[in-house]
Amino acid sequence: MFLWLWVILIAAGLAPGVSRMVGSRGGWLLALVPAGVAVCLLQQWPAVVNQQNVSAAVDWVPSLHLMVSLRLDGLSLLFGLLVTGIGALVLVYAGAYLKGDERLGRLWMFLLLFMAAMLGVVLADNLLTLFIFWELTSITSYLLIGFNSDRPESRASALQALLVTGGGGLLLLPGLLLLGFAGQSFEISELLNHADQIQQHAFYGPMLVLILLGAFTKSAQFPFHFWLPDAMAAPTPISAYLHSATMVKAGVYLVARLHPVLGGTAEWFWMIAPIGTATMVLGAVLALRATDLKQILAYATISVLGTLMMLLGIGTEATLTAALVLLVAHALYKGGLFMMAGAVDHAVHQRDIRLLGGLRSVMPATCGAALLAGISMAGILPTFGFIAKETWYEAVGSQASVPYLVASVLSNIGLVAAAGMVCITPFFGRQTDAAQQAHEGGPALWGPPVVLGIAGFCLGLLPGPFSELLAAGSTAIAGQDVSVKLKLWHGVNAALLLSLLTLAGGFLLYWQRHRLAGVITATDRFMPWGPAGAYRWLLKSVNQLARGQTAILQNGYLRYYLLMMVGLTVFSVWMALGGELSSHLDPMPFDFRIHEVMLAGLILMSAVVAVRAKTWLLSVGALGIAGYAVAGIFVLFGAPDLAMTQFVIETLTVFLFVMAFSRLPDFRRLSSVHTRRRDALIAVVAGGTITMLLLFAMTVRSDHPISAYYAAHSVPEAHGRNVVNVILVDFRALDTLGEITVLSIAAIGVYSLLMLRPAARPGSTDSSGNEADDSSRGSAQRGN
Amino acid sequence: MSAQVAVILPIALPLATMAVLVLAWKSIPAQKIIGVGGSTLLLISAAALWWQVDRNDILVLQVGNWPAPFGITLVADRLSAIMVLLAGLMVFAVSVYSLVTIDDRRVEFGFHPLVQLLLMGVCGAFLTGDLFNLYVWFEVMLIASFVLLTLGGERGQLEGAIKYVTLNLISSAVFLAAIGVIYAATGTLNMADLALKLRSFPDEGIVSVLAMLFLIAFGTKAAVFPLFFWLPASYHTPPVAVSAIFAGLLTKVGVYSLIRTFTLMFVTDLDFTHNLLLLIAGLTMVTGVLGAMAQSEIRRILSFHIVSQIGYMLMGLALFTPLALAGSVFYIIHHIVVKTNLFLIGGVVERHCGTGRLAETGGLSGSAPVLATLFFLSAMSLAGIPPLSGFFAKLTLIQGGLEAERYAIVAAALGVSLLTMFSMTKIWAEVFWKPAPEEALPEACGEPHSMTDRFSLYGPILLLATFTVGIGLMAGPVMKASLATARQLLDQDAYIQAVLPNSRLPESEAGAADSNADVGPLAGQRPAAQESPQSPRGGTVE
Repeated sequence: MFLWLWVILIAAGLAPGVSRMVGSRGGWLLALVPAGVAVCLLQQWPAVVNQQNVSAAVDWVPSLHLMVSLRLDGLSLLFGLLVTGIGALVLVYAGAYLKGDERLGRLWMFLLLFMAAMLGVVLADNLLTLFIFWELTSITSYLLIGFNSDRPESRASALQALLVTGGGGLLLLPGLLLLGFAGQSFEISELLNHADQIQQHAFYGPMLVLILLGAFTKSAQFPFHFWLPDAMAAPTPISAYLHSATMVKAGVYLVARLHPVLGGTAEWFWMIAPIGTATMVLGAVLALRATDLKQILAYATISVLGTLMMLLGIGTEATLTAALVLLVAHALYKGGLFMMAGAVDHAVHQRDIRLLGGLRSVMPATCGAALLAGISMAGILPTFGFIAKETWYEAVGSQASVPYLVASVLSNIGLVAAAGMVCITPFFGRQTDAAQQAHEGGPALWGPPVVLGIAGFCLGLLPGPFSELLAAGSTAIAGQDVSVKLKLWHGVNAALLLSLLTLAGGFLLYWQRHRLAGVITATDRFMPWGPAGAYRWLLKSVNQLARGQTAILQNGYLRYYLLMMVGLTVFSVWMALGGELSSHLDPMPFDFRIHEVMLAGLILMSAVVAVRAKTWLLSVGALGIAGYAVAGIFVLFGAPDLAMTQFVIETLTVFLFVMAFSRLPDFRRLSSVHTRRRDALIAVVAGGTITMLLLFAMTVRSDHPISAYYAAHSVPEAHGRNVVNVILVDFRALDTLGEITVLSIAAIGVYSLLMLRPAARPGSTDSSGNEADDSSRGSAQRGN
Repeated sequence: MSAQVAVILPIALPLATMAVLVLAWKSIPAQKIIGVGGSTLLLISAAALWWQVDRNDILVLQVGNWPAPFGITLVADRLSAIMVLLAGLMVFAVSVYSLVTIDDRRVEFGFHPLVQLLLMGVCGAFLTGDLFNLYVWFEVMLIASFVLLTLGGERGQLEGAIKYVTLNLISSAVFLAAIGVIYAATGTLNMADLALKLRSFPDEGIVSVLAMLFLIAFGTKAAVFPLFFWLPASYHTPPVAVSAIFAGLLTKVGVYSLIRTFTLMFVTDLDFTHNLLLLIAGLTMVTGVLGAMAQSEIRRILSFHIVSQIGYMLMGLALFTPLALAGSVFYIIHHIVVKTNLFLIGGVVERHCGTGRLAETGGLSGSAPVLATLFFLSAMSLAGIPPLSGFFAKLTLIQGGLEAERYAIVAAALGVSLLTMFSMTKIWAEVFWKPAPEEALPEACGEPHSMTDRFSLYGPILLLATFTVGIGLMAGPVMKASLATARQLLDQDAYIQAVLPNSRLPESEAGAADSNADVGPLAGQRPAAQESPQSPRGGTVE
């Protein structure tokens, strides 16, 4: 089973080469790969139907419960055949569609990558493996929707699809993890045995919501449906493959796959069935509003996806089977219709049905394909679409759930009319100007849809052999044995009567569709308040929030950053200390001598003078005095060599300051009195906090410091009489090495700052370096 | 090679390389050859260190043979070894990349010696077991990075560098103050000794204050919210090679220090410290990614994403379960590789288009398909798309978060990853998909001509991209190493025993950390023994 995935991946890698060497006919060559995989899948048919265990597994990350385990049952086989079979046709079709385009190789590569990912989704047995493939379908879908990347609307649609499905994916992940935790296994085949335990687990509600949100976004359920019509910006082979036949069904697949684990509860029904029904009706209504061939098809797809969800949500054996039947029928006819639409677009460069008409004479083969698929879509005898609709009505009707049945019939009436708009309007009637220059494309353009259409008829006429696979699939969804007997003719029963009603209503609607124009324009003004509008609003507000937040936080003013840092330090110290201050104040020693007080006073005074000085010379001098006074403290407390060092450093510093400042302009105060008062307050509080902290720390010392060891071992072991020196060059020599390094780097830095000027380098390549302002200020200005 | 030599080599080799480089100061070819050679040696020594640590557990070197806690101790445990290995890999990639991208004037003024010294500081910080010594390595790193930032003296560089150095000096001052307080309180600087003494420290208030001070000092280095200002202000200004090595390593030293101190020393009051860390982690993630969304230039976007991803690294530390901590380690491994690579790719884009502003770039998916592929892989990895390294890092943290039942941080992590994807696709759409703007100068879009130049430019990118794919495909072994690292970090007694073999440990929690350490569903609660520090335990050094 891994071999199937690898072969497709290798084919993806070879695709650009094939395109360069063979050209557009390479599609036939590449199609052999999925076709071969489909044959391999068919070979497993007997085993799957007899419910034998077909699986393979490899460990990936055991500690994360991630195992690449694949398993083939009726449901995965059905999906696998759709993915590979339609995939093969799409590869051929894509070759003709993008004939002569240098990007063809890339398109094939992405299509094959997607195929591998989608096959992985339906084969995966491990929840996390499933998720990995799931994400890969989102990413390949992003790349494919944005295939015409020079068009802004393609890029926007690609992003929208990615954010909606990717966002759903990010909800799905914790959902799957909770499921795995609750069921104590990440293998779906294992979880089947723990369904009761999972449904009683506290995580059941949250996990169900999260998983369903993932499935709903992927399968374009209301209110997330809006990404799918926009995804039609992709070239048609992609729409036919990803956005009607396979990827959008991944959500349906997931719900079906997890039905035996999570399904059968009231929560399941109430979370899925209403959403599915709403999507079903909404899709059918919106399909009638559209005038672009692909848009009509996209909304019709949404409607069917809604139906599938509704059927799975109702969750009886009959509805589960009906869902599978409808799914197959839809994949066949909708894939064909999209390819037909692409062929028309290719020939006429026009997809607006108001500008299309009379194409029958110039594009007979395409017209044939359209009719084959359209009959199935409308659910007319003897197609598989008819069987699907019959089983659907029967299954919903037998539940006696009238609202769902009414909604089903209504949406189907809409779909019949939509089928007319797609399959009749462009081909019959008066030939429009646009249609006159049209000409039939090659067999690679009309062949694949014809094949799919004929397949729909064959399955309709001879559903018998297919029933056993559907039975195996339904068994997998229901979690118990289900037998399926599909027949084309059920005799005259309620379902047939409903079908006739649907057809009649649909034809009436199609015939009188011009009367709807008034209704459509009247509702136009509500459209911006739809979910698509909400998406745009959300995107805009998040971007605004981002800009606003960043303009405040990263405002480019160093003094604000400093304020933040110092303030935070003080705040966190006091927060951590809490109310413990008083307990520490008592034991603090307050005995000191007069010359100590004088030194402390000197330090304080010179600090104040340094800040208040009107000239730099006074300021520097005051700083020097503060430094000398600190050295004086060292003298008083028995560290003469430290004091010596301090004296030298202070002297040098004052010299350096004097030399540097003498070349700078005069001192000037730029900040206001208010700012200075605030800064003074912060400085005093910050300094005071650290002082107090040190005093506290001394009072709570718990142990003897290590310095005693130095005094004891300096002479006998390190052979040095000056303990400080011994510490510097022996006990802690590594520190000294580091500090010496710091000095040498500083020397390089000063040297390069003085000598290496950008003016000396006219051929500067680093343009971004010239930008002086801080990030957000610059971008905020640009953004506005 | 003796095990102890392996510990000192990552510090000594860059210093030696720098010495040789200074001798060959005037020759540009010699600078380049020795620079790359030194980086290669460092990479080899780092690999040797990892190999030794993997075999021998914790390696300890008492510098000058003065016994701990009196001398300086170098300690290499798994975390240190991983960090050093990554540092070696990054400096190797960036050295090669710098051969074409750094102009001769900058080489003349000591680019290569500075990179070596930066690495000396970085490796020193990863390997030291002494708090003041850590401060020294921070200083080495700070001054080397400051000089690298200003090297070239362009206006933007200098403005960025001023903010960089000022804010980092404040953080160093806080660090030093914290060291002063901790020495005043405990009389020792050795981390293992400190860990021991803080366990039985009588005053919880002081310990909390110390935790806060270290949090601020290291948090600034790690660029967490709200201390990250220096990073977005400066990272886009120097040449790309410098940005790349900064992006890969500097903040991670801060993260490393946070992990070290908050797994070894400040573990007595988890409810306070680690809940605060969790809050900071969440805010860092969110504010960072929002900052990135507001930008419109490649390197500025990437810089803010560093901030955002620091949040993920802290998340694992804050959750403090073996699995979550392993997630942090995995995330660091992934992030260093991918983020450095994205900067390198950004540099190639800037060469192609003459600028990194999104509005003025475009059309590279057609004109540079290989670059486009490499970018897309790295960007998707950063956004956490499977099967690349970022996905597994994210998955581990999410699992850790769910197991610890911290749902808010899980939600934040997931939401932020969607926004990360948004801003990665923004770069992708603008730079690669969008047609090149009309006014773009055609001569600006040039490929390097000679074969060696192309190798120097694309070789490192290819290498690092292979790593991000490889870490994903080999996630099993990487995860195993991360888990082993996390367990080692949570087993403080083993660390203390290794550094201070004669110390008498309180009998209480030996082994408590790893008895809970098995990773099963919902098994990853915090080690119970550390949840409530009851009576002071007597831990003294003989």
